[in-house]
Amino acid sequence: MRANYEIDEAGVFLSGHHACAGCGEALAVRYVINTMGPRTIAVVPPSCIAIIAGLQPNSSMHVPIVHGTLESSAAAAAGIKRALVSQGKDDVNVLVMAGDGGTYDIGFQALSGAAERNEDMVYVCMDNEGYMNTGAQKSGSTPHLASTASTPGGKLTGKKNIAEIMAAHRIPYVATATVGYPDDLARKVAKARDMKGMRFIVVLTPCIDGWGLSENAAVGVSRLAVETGIFPLIEVEDGVRYTINHGSRGVPVERYFAGQKRFRHLGPEQIAQLQAEVDEGWSLLKSRVECDPTGDPTGDPTG
Amino acid sequence: MTVTTETRMLLTGNHAVAYAVMLARPAVVPVYPITPQTPILEKISDLQLAGEFEVDLMTAESEHSAMTACITASLTGARVFTATASQGLLLMHEMLHFASGARTPIVMMNVNRTVSSPWGFWPDQTDSLSQRDTGWIQYYTESAQESLDTVIQAYRVAEQVMLPTMVVHEAFYISHSLEPVIVPAQDAVDAYLPPFDPAIRLDPDIGRSWGNPVNQELYFRFREAVGGSMDTVPGLAVEADAEYGRAFGRSYGIVERYRMEEAEIAIVAFGAMAGTARVAVDALRAAGVAAGLVKVKLFRPFPIEAVREAVTGVPKLVVIERNFSPGAGGILHQELKAALCGMVGLPKVHGYMAGVGGVNVSPKRIEELTREALATEPVPQSVWRR
Repeated sequence: MRANYEIDEAGVFLSGHHACAGCGEALAVRYVINTMGPRTIAVVPPSCIAIIAGLQPNSSMHVPIVHGTLESSAAAAAGIKRALVSQGKDDVNVLVMAGDGGTYDIGFQALSGAAERNEDMVYVCMDNEGYMNTGAQKSGSTPHLASTASTPGGKLTGKKNIAEIMAAHRIPYVATATVGYPDDLARKVAKARDMKGMRFIVVLTPCIDGWGLSENAAVGVSRLAVETGIFPLIEVEDGVRYTINHGSRGVPVERYFAGQKRFRHLGPEQIAQLQAEVDEGWSLLKSRVECDPTGDPTGDPTG
Repeated sequence: MTVTTETRMLLTGNHAVAYAVMLARPAVVPVYPITPQTPILEKISDLQLAGEFEVDLMTAESEHSAMTACITASLTGARVFTATASQGLLLMHEMLHFASGARTPIVMMNVNRTVSSPWGFWPDQTDSLSQRDTGWIQYYTESAQESLDTVIQAYRVAEQVMLPTMVVHEAFYISHSLEPVIVPAQDAVDAYLPPFDPAIRLDPDIGRSWGNPVNQELYFRFREAVGGSMDTVPGLAVEADAEYGRAFGRSYGIVERYRMEEAEIAIVAFGAMAGTARVAVDALRAAGVAAGLVKVKLFRPFPIEAVREAVTGVPKLVVIERNFSPGAGGILHQELKAALCGMVGLPKVHGYMAGVGGVNVSPKRIEELTREALATEPVPQSVWRR
């Protein structure tokens, strides 16, 4: 059982930004960049994060930002860090904030290469489960049967498990987080910040427009994603030591789907199928923790 | 062994480049292997392992990532280098545009190699010439010595104008051929090339960002500024070369005239073809044909004034090249005609695509093509000649 983490609001993220009203991702950006602190250089590829960061000559973040290309964020961060080290500047953190398209799909080669080389960076994937900045098309992160602009009848295949893929690279730190659990998110960012080597955090960031949510729904939906077992909050150290921080509380997946237009087309059979998939995933995850003698197989049932 | 005194060595073109890179002292070298570039990467790795070259060698997982890391390391204030060829250069294409837009003075060696499909490994310049609109300065060299000297000069020019620079030599003819090469002393190169220390860089203490979206007006201004800088390159390249000549005893110019006295025809060539054409010019002169050579060393920006000056008074030009732009023809032929358009006393211009795909073009073949051009009227198109 962990004590609640005190969020240190360093004031790096400024009050004026370009996100939609109620945006889950803007919350995540706030906790991530403020926790990373002012001694940070960030890489932001094309994504909603770039919109949140703002147009020249303005910026919503009080640290240097490089707006790179969609597929190259991890390589861009590696170049910055290596240049800093060559100048003897060892106290500057290099951070990536990329979307799921820029991470699961087009950016994956650069990410995997950086992980293999154990480049020294914190890579945060802001996962809103689709290409939301271009009008909500499906990505490799879009869940099974979710409707998007490019899969209007529902996506026929499942969501990649990016946390396990990154853990399989045996990097020092992998974590999942979401904006409904801000203390957990900030604690993980701080932990990653204070480590060395490749650290990867995927943050589920509900999208008002792309998911079809009401403007006040992002945080509640984020919590339901965890409580249903759809998006458990975990940490994986060195690729093998799994910890479940917050997981399924037995809430039926139907309650998560109910507030989201992207799942409105689902019938009872499809919902039952998705419930079975989530149950299987949750069992598999618990078995990974049970394989680790230091792990906590029960998670934190109190949330 | 640090190069403390000027040393004569037997080096391939690629190994000569590796020594030039060591002498230029880049801090970060992100690179990915590809034939026929790989000996540059391997030699840099060997020099690093031997403790001669203190550098962060980043073994990237692709050329795209190698170029990306070059850009961001350069934006962070580090001098950088990378090398590639053919498909690798084409994979970088997106980032080549990004590099010039971001005003990063990267120096890259490209070893010309055929572009797929079908697969080939032969000297053909289409890879680098197809990148001519990316905002990179491009130099073409004809010997191992010239490649070494030009890499060092390239850093000086690139960092003056804050634009990336590509030095190009051809597969095998230059990259893998052994030649005696004079490797300059480190302290002399240090005196020629001051450390890269940009005032504006990515640094939390400076607080500057780069690359967030702009409106149309700002975009226009950024592009206009790139153009303004590019326009200064011919002058700066001439200065850098002259200064190099004073320091090291070797200079090349940006456009070279070889045996052009009273020429009735000038062969226009670049890269290794220029070296072969020298032999052909000597043979033609010996046979009583008043032929000369105009070598275009700086290709981007295309040195319009210097080229016009070099061909003034020459009635006929014949371009002999190993590259092909489908639908346009030989790229040097097209560029040359555009540069001369409107010139008073415009020479007639023949264009032969003779070495495409690495087909051997011997001195004798160049003699034959020169005589053919002398005896015929040019057509607007570039002409295939085996």
